[in-house]
Amino acid sequence: MARSSARILIIGAGPAGLRAAEMLAEAGCSPTLIDEAPRIGGQIYRQPPRVPGFTRTAAELYGAAAERARDLFVTFDRIRNRIDYRPSSLVYDLIDNRVIVASEGKSEEVPFDALILATGAMDRIVPAPGWTLPGVYTVGAAQIALKHQGATIGKRVAFVGIGPLMFLAAHQYAKAGVAPVAVVVPSRFRSFAAAGLRLLQMPREFSLGLHWLLDLKRRGVPILFGHRLAQVLGEETVTGITVRRRGAERAIVCDAVAIGYGLQSETQLADLTGIRFAFDPARRQWLPESDPLGRATGRKDVYLAGDGAGMLGADAAEARGRLAAHALMTDLDISHVTYRPKADLETIARATQLQASLRAAFDLPADFFAAVSDETILCRCEQVPAGELRAIAGLMGAREMNRAKSYSRIGMGRCQGRMCGHAAAEILADKLGVSLDSVGRLRGQPPIKPVSVGTVAERKA
Amino acid sequence: MSARMSLKSDVLVIGGGIAGCATALQLARRGWKVTLLERDQAGVRASGVNFGGVRQNGRDLRELPIAMRARAMWDELPSLIGFDGEFRATGNLRLVSDEDRAVQLDNFFTAATKQGLGLVWLERAELRARYPWLSGKPLRGVLCPNDGHANPRLVGPAFAFAAQESGATIIEHAEITEGWYANATFQLRALDNRTFAAPVLVNCAGAWAGKIAGWFDEPVTLVPEIPQVQVTEPLPYRIEPVLGFVGGDFYLRQTLRGNILFGSGQGRATADALRSQPLPESMKRGAQIAIDFIPDLAHVPIIRTWTGVDGDTSDGVCVVGPSETHPGLFHAFGFNGHGFLLGPAVGAVVTELILDGGTSTDISGLAIDRFRPRRKASAAPARAQHPDEETEASAEENGAQSTDHCPVGVDQHKQAADSQDAAERDQDR
Repeated sequence: MARSSARILIIGAGPAGLRAAEMLAEAGCSPTLIDEAPRIGGQIYRQPPRVPGFTRTAAELYGAAAERARDLFVTFDRIRNRIDYRPSSLVYDLIDNRVIVASEGKSEEVPFDALILATGAMDRIVPAPGWTLPGVYTVGAAQIALKHQGATIGKRVAFVGIGPLMFLAAHQYAKAGVAPVAVVVPSRFRSFAAAGLRLLQMPREFSLGLHWLLDLKRRGVPILFGHRLAQVLGEETVTGITVRRRGAERAIVCDAVAIGYGLQSETQLADLTGIRFAFDPARRQWLPESDPLGRATGRKDVYLAGDGAGMLGADAAEARGRLAAHALMTDLDISHVTYRPKADLETIARATQLQASLRAAFDLPADFFAAVSDETILCRCEQVPAGELRAIAGLMGAREMNRAKSYSRIGMGRCQGRMCGHAAAEILADKLGVSLDSVGRLRGQPPIKPVSVGTVAERKA
Repeated sequence: MSARMSLKSDVLVIGGGIAGCATALQLARRGWKVTLLERDQAGVRASGVNFGGVRQNGRDLRELPIAMRARAMWDELPSLIGFDGEFRATGNLRLVSDEDRAVQLDNFFTAATKQGLGLVWLERAELRARYPWLSGKPLRGVLCPNDGHANPRLVGPAFAFAAQESGATIIEHAEITEGWYANATFQLRALDNRTFAAPVLVNCAGAWAGKIAGWFDEPVTLVPEIPQVQVTEPLPYRIEPVLGFVGGDFYLRQTLRGNILFGSGQGRATADALRSQPLPESMKRGAQIAIDFIPDLAHVPIIRTWTGVDGDTSDGVCVVGPSETHPGLFHAFGFNGHGFLLGPAVGAVVTELILDGGTSTDISGLAIDRFRPRRKASAAPARAQHPDEETEASAEENGAQSTDHCPVGVDQHKQAADSQDAAERDQDR
C-alpha cells in the first residue's frame, strides 16, 4: 500500500481533531474528518448556527480564548478543501477497521487504515433529588445554550458543582446579563484557596480564575463553598433548590439549575476499537491507554488525542492532536514537515500539572456519594433510584458494574450510562466498601448513541 | 480442601445456566448434595442474556413434550424460584410471507395440535384485524396463545440463587479443563487444579458441553450460534405476542417495560467463544426486516445491542438424557438458541432420571446416541423449522469477562462442524 494513500480517519472536529487534520493536510494527506456537530470547534469552541443576523464576535463567544478559537477557524478554512470533512455525522458503530456513520437519516460505512479518536469530554453528574426536572441542565449544556444559541437556560440560574468550567459558565452568564442566583460548591473553601495559591505558578490560569471569581463577587453572586445540593425543588419545572451545609439547609429561589462536577472523557468509540483501558486513580475514570504521543495500546492503527483520552483541557487538546498526527505519519512513513514534539509535550505537562491543582482545589467530601439518598433517581433513562443499586450490590456477582446493570437496569437506557455510569460506579464501590477501579466499567456496545431503525436500515449508495 | 469438599457431593453439575441450576435446585430439594461448577458466573451466559421468548410454537416435534412440560412449570415459577420472572403469556405468533414456508407452518399446526398444543390459525385478514401494526407482508400465521416471554436478565441468576438457597453448592469461576471416570466416580479438574469427584455427573455446559461429552467417549459437535439483538427505546406496550418468522430468521418482541427487541443474523465471537460482539451487517439486516413487517418502527431509536454464544447441534434439537457410555452421566445441552423455555423442565427431567431411574416426559427424540459418528447421517433428520426465537446468548452485557486460557475451544468444534455438517445445516436453514 502506498503510504500516502492511507485512509486516515479523524473523529471529532474540536481542537484536537482540527490540529491533527491540519498537520495531516499540510503533509499532503487528505484525512476524513467526521463530526457530530454542524460546525467545527467541538464543545469548547462551539459556533452559532449560520443564521443571517445571528452573529457574535469571537470575543463575545469565547472570551479569553477568542484568539485560539479564531486561529482554529482560520486553520480550518485553509485546509477545508484538502480534507474530506463531514459535519452533522454521528459515528455510531465501529468494528475492525471501519466505522458506521449516520447522517441525513442514512448510514454509511467508512473504512480506515489509521484512526485518530478526538471524541472530547462531557460533564460528570452526581444526582440529587429533583435533578430530572425540566430546567436542570449540565453546566456544559448551559454554556452551549449561550454559545450556540445565544440563550440562557433560565432567568434565575443556580450553578452547582466543581471545576473551572462551572465558574467560567457562571461568569459568562453574568456577562450576558443573567447573573447566577448562586454558585454552589461542595468543596471546602480552605482546600480551594490552598490549591488555588499553588496555581500562582501559572499566572495566566490563576489570573483568569481569579477574574471570574472576582467578577462574580463584584456582581453580588453568592459563592457558597462547602455547600451541597440537597434537592431541586419544583413540580412541573424548577422553582428552586435547597442547599445543605453541616446539616443546616437553606432554600434558594431559581428557575433553572446547571450541574456539573468536572468533566469526563467520552470513551465509547475507544471501547469499540478494543484497545486497552487503564484506571486513572486521579481522574477516577477508566481511560483508553496510549503512549505519550497518542499511540493506543493494543492496536497499531488507533491514535488518541484530546480530552477523550483523559481531561487536560483545550490547549493540551491542540497539542495532543498534533502529536497524534505526527505519531501516525511517523508510523506510516509519511514524510511531513519537521515537527519537534517538545513544545507540545511541555504544554501537556503543564496542563497535567494544572489539572492536578484543580483537582486538589475542587476536592469532594469523602462521603459525597454515600450521601446520595436511596430515593434519588440515579439512572434517569430507566428511572432507577440509588437505593435499588445499593440493594443489589454484592448480590450474586453484582460486585461489578455490568452485573449491577443487569440486575438494576442502571445504564440500560438511551444514554447507556454516559450520564449515570460514573456516579453509579462510585455508589456501588462505596456501598461495597471497595476501590472504584474494582467495580470495573460498563462495557460499550453499538450504537454508542441512539440511532433510528430507519437510519440503520438505509444505506447510502 | 476442594477434594474433601467434592467427596461430600452426591452429584456434580457442570454449567450454571438455567438447565444446570434447575437441576441443582431439584436435586437439592430432594435432599441430595449437589455441587455446581460454573466457569464464569452462574446465570450470566445464554441463560441470563437471551431473547426471552417462552415458546412452544414452531418447536421440533421431538422437543415438544419437554417443551409443554416446561411451559406448565413457568406458571409455577414463584414457588420454584421465588418470583414470576416477569413471565407473561402474551402468545407467540409465527408468520409466513411465502407459500413454500406456509407448508411448514401447516405441517407444524397439524402435528402439534395432535399432541395437544393449543394453536390458532390466522389468515392475512385476521392478522391485519388483530395486529394493525403489522404490514401486509405476512400471508398467514399460527398463534400459540399460552406462549409468552419473560425477563432472562433476572430469571437466569434467579435459578442460581434459588439453587443456592435450597442447599446446592455453587462454585463460580471454576473452569473445568479435564474429566475422567475411575472407580465408579467422575473426576473433574479445574484450571486452578482444584479437583472434584462424585458418582453422578450432569453435563449442562452449554456451548462447551460437546467437548465434555467427548471426555466420556461420546463427543457431540456443537457449532457456535451468536445471536444479535437490537433494543429500541421504550414505547407504549402495543406488540403483545412474540413474533417469529418461519424460515426468515427474524424475531421480535416488546418487553413489559416497552423496549422492542428484534434480531436477525449473527454477531461474531472470539475463537474461544467467550466474547462476542455485534456486527453492523446484522444490525442493518435486522432493521430492514423490522421495518418490512412493522413499518412504524423506522422512526424508533435503537439504544443498544447485545450478542452472545450458544451451541447448535447438527439437527437443531437438544440433547437431554443419560449417557450411552457411562452410568451416572447425564447430558442436557445443545439448546440451539431456544433453551430458555426448556430450562425448568430440564432440571425436573434430569432429576427424575437420576433419582427415579426414568421420567414420564417423552425424551426419546433427544438421546445423545443420535450423534454417534457412524450413525450420524441417518440419525439426524432435518429439523422442522429454524429455531429462531429464544436465541440464547452469553453475557457480553452482563459481566462475562474474557480469559486467555480457554481449553474448551468451540472453534475446534466449528472447524469440525464446518467440514461435516455444513451441507445439511444449510439445508435446514
